[in-house]
Amino acid sequence: MPFLTAGYPDLETTAALLGNFEARGVRVCELGIPFSDPIADGPTIQASYTEALSAGVSSEKIFEMVRSYRQGDGKLALVAMVSYSIVFKHGVESYLAAAAGAGFDGIIIPDLPLEEAAELEPLAAAAGLANVMLIAPTTPPARRLEIARHSRGFIYFVSIAGITGERARLPEESIRAVAELRTHTDTPVCIGFGVSNAETVGHVCEVADGAIVGSAIIHRITDAKDAPRNELVKKVGDFISELLIPIL
Amino acid sequence: MSENEKVGYFGPYGGQFVPETLMAALAQLDHEYHAAMADESFLAEFDRCLREIAGRPSEMYFARRLTEQACGAKIYLKREDMNHTGAHKINNTLGQALLTLRMGKKRVIAETGAGQHGVATATAAAVFGLDCEVYMGTEDIRRQALNVFRMELLGARVIPVTTGQRTLKDACNEAMRDWMGSVEHTHYILGSVVGPAPFPEMVREFQCCIGRESREQMMDAEGRLPDVIVACIGGGSNAAGIFAPMIDEAVEMVGVEAGGRSMGLGDHAASLVAGQPGVLHGARSYVLQDSDGQTAPVHSVSAGLDYPGVGPEHAYWKDTGRVRYTTCSDDEALDAVVALSRAEGIIPALESAHAVAEAMKIAPKMKPEQIILVNLSGRGDKDCNEIAEILKRRKK
Repeated sequence: MPFLTAGYPDLETTAALLGNFEARGVRVCELGIPFSDPIADGPTIQASYTEALSAGVSSEKIFEMVRSYRQGDGKLALVAMVSYSIVFKHGVESYLAAAAGAGFDGIIIPDLPLEEAAELEPLAAAAGLANVMLIAPTTPPARRLEIARHSRGFIYFVSIAGITGERARLPEESIRAVAELRTHTDTPVCIGFGVSNAETVGHVCEVADGAIVGSAIIHRITDAKDAPRNELVKKVGDFISELLIPIL
Repeated sequence: MSENEKVGYFGPYGGQFVPETLMAALAQLDHEYHAAMADESFLAEFDRCLREIAGRPSEMYFARRLTEQACGAKIYLKREDMNHTGAHKINNTLGQALLTLRMGKKRVIAETGAGQHGVATATAAAVFGLDCEVYMGTEDIRRQALNVFRMELLGARVIPVTTGQRTLKDACNEAMRDWMGSVEHTHYILGSVVGPAPFPEMVREFQCCIGRESREQMMDAEGRLPDVIVACIGGGSNAAGIFAPMIDEAVEMVGVEAGGRSMGLGDHAASLVAGQPGVLHGARSYVLQDSDGQTAPVHSVSAGLDYPGVGPEHAYWKDTGRVRYTTCSDDEALDAVVALSRAEGIIPALESAHAVAEAMKIAPKMKPEQIILVNLSGRGDKDCNEIAEILKRRKK
């Protein structure tokens, strides 16, 4: 499952990447809504957020882009990754309605833990958005099951205690923890944070239902940023095909 | 459950809006904090640290010449500037360092703006033999060079932050990112009454020695409580510390935010006066942000007030009308630095000068037998270079 910063380097490129990913066999894509203070993100994604924001990207413009992607018959399942700061400012109910109305299928709010999610959960359900919740390596066992019960769409298992970013390898205890978790839930479990190459994707997907790759993709977009759009899209798309080899 | 009973909330404000990775650490901290506050031996040890390390109690001082100049109410100063390390920040860092030991953690991290919290953290870390790293924006490193040197001398590592506006908010982001990856062996000594629960309540409690002492000292000096208490507000820890112990008394309370250059968005740091309810750094409170929820740029001459959020309990006190919140401009604060230096021989921190300026403003409207207590939260040595430069520019 690829992650893209919506509007990085611009919204037209994001839309072109979605089309390209779909043609290559991707089924779900995460779209990061740029935020000024993303405390769970490492330098790669943070820099892409900062750049998108200074180019004038906003939730409203992202919703507009998703709407036209859907009108063009775009079929990827889209999950918005968005800070609660943004959702709260817009008003929880109206933000969820706007995201669903634009064509999002799910929402991940990384700074909204279980204790604070009670108000949002029914509103997301009513809007038709799956509220995807996260489990961290530091989450105690009983709490993992509780979060699994509340998560909709899939469960986002954070592979490492830390921020997003490419890592050479993932801790084996996280892989084991996902295998254990899957014996307790029918909700799909995806692993994210630190997954950066095909080998890790293959390894992760031996136990998980999906692997989320973010920083490794954003870093390739950054490298190709000055190239013409179709070249950037092809380069990043080729990387996605590489990542898909172990699981297709 | 009503909003007021929700754990970690002050009315609708507060909460724990942080990534799941930090939730276990917050639960551990909450548990240890409450156990410690019910443990006589912890409280005795904290008291000993406040006495022997911070040098408490701090004096309460009648500012006779300043009172004469203001031509009105009597002005008293609570001398937090006389504490070891030069500000109220040491009260909190000693308390949290003791908790760090209790949790068996060996490393502490902190964010700092003016550098006072960084110095106070580095000091506590040195006292207890903890590893210490302090995140500080490069803009603040520039304007607070003396404090950077002090932290390093105390054995801490200062990590420059180059994201965003390169000030306090950005340092706070980086400290939280560090904590995401180090949470199992590191405690984050947050410097104000902000952040996720239990920080706002815990930092307030560690700062309440200011208000408890003031209360006694004022009873000794005047036989009654003051009419007005004035304190400056960045995150709001010195204000919470002096307000909270007298919050149920008939005492008027005024919090002074940074009015900066103007009241246009981006020119000040007045979250309570000009902001709206929002979520920042793990808590719901008043925040300066744009209509999309992005944090707005802020400005203050004082690095310690240069922050787009504020403690959730202050948000609650604002909504309930218990505390009046106002602003003081950069220029008024600078004038107050000069006025207090000349009238009393006390060079205040730029932060604290905001409270002094407000006291000078309201004193003439009050009767001579009335009393204003100003929390002089820190001393101005750290600001001397910055003040000298600004005064030089002003002359031109």
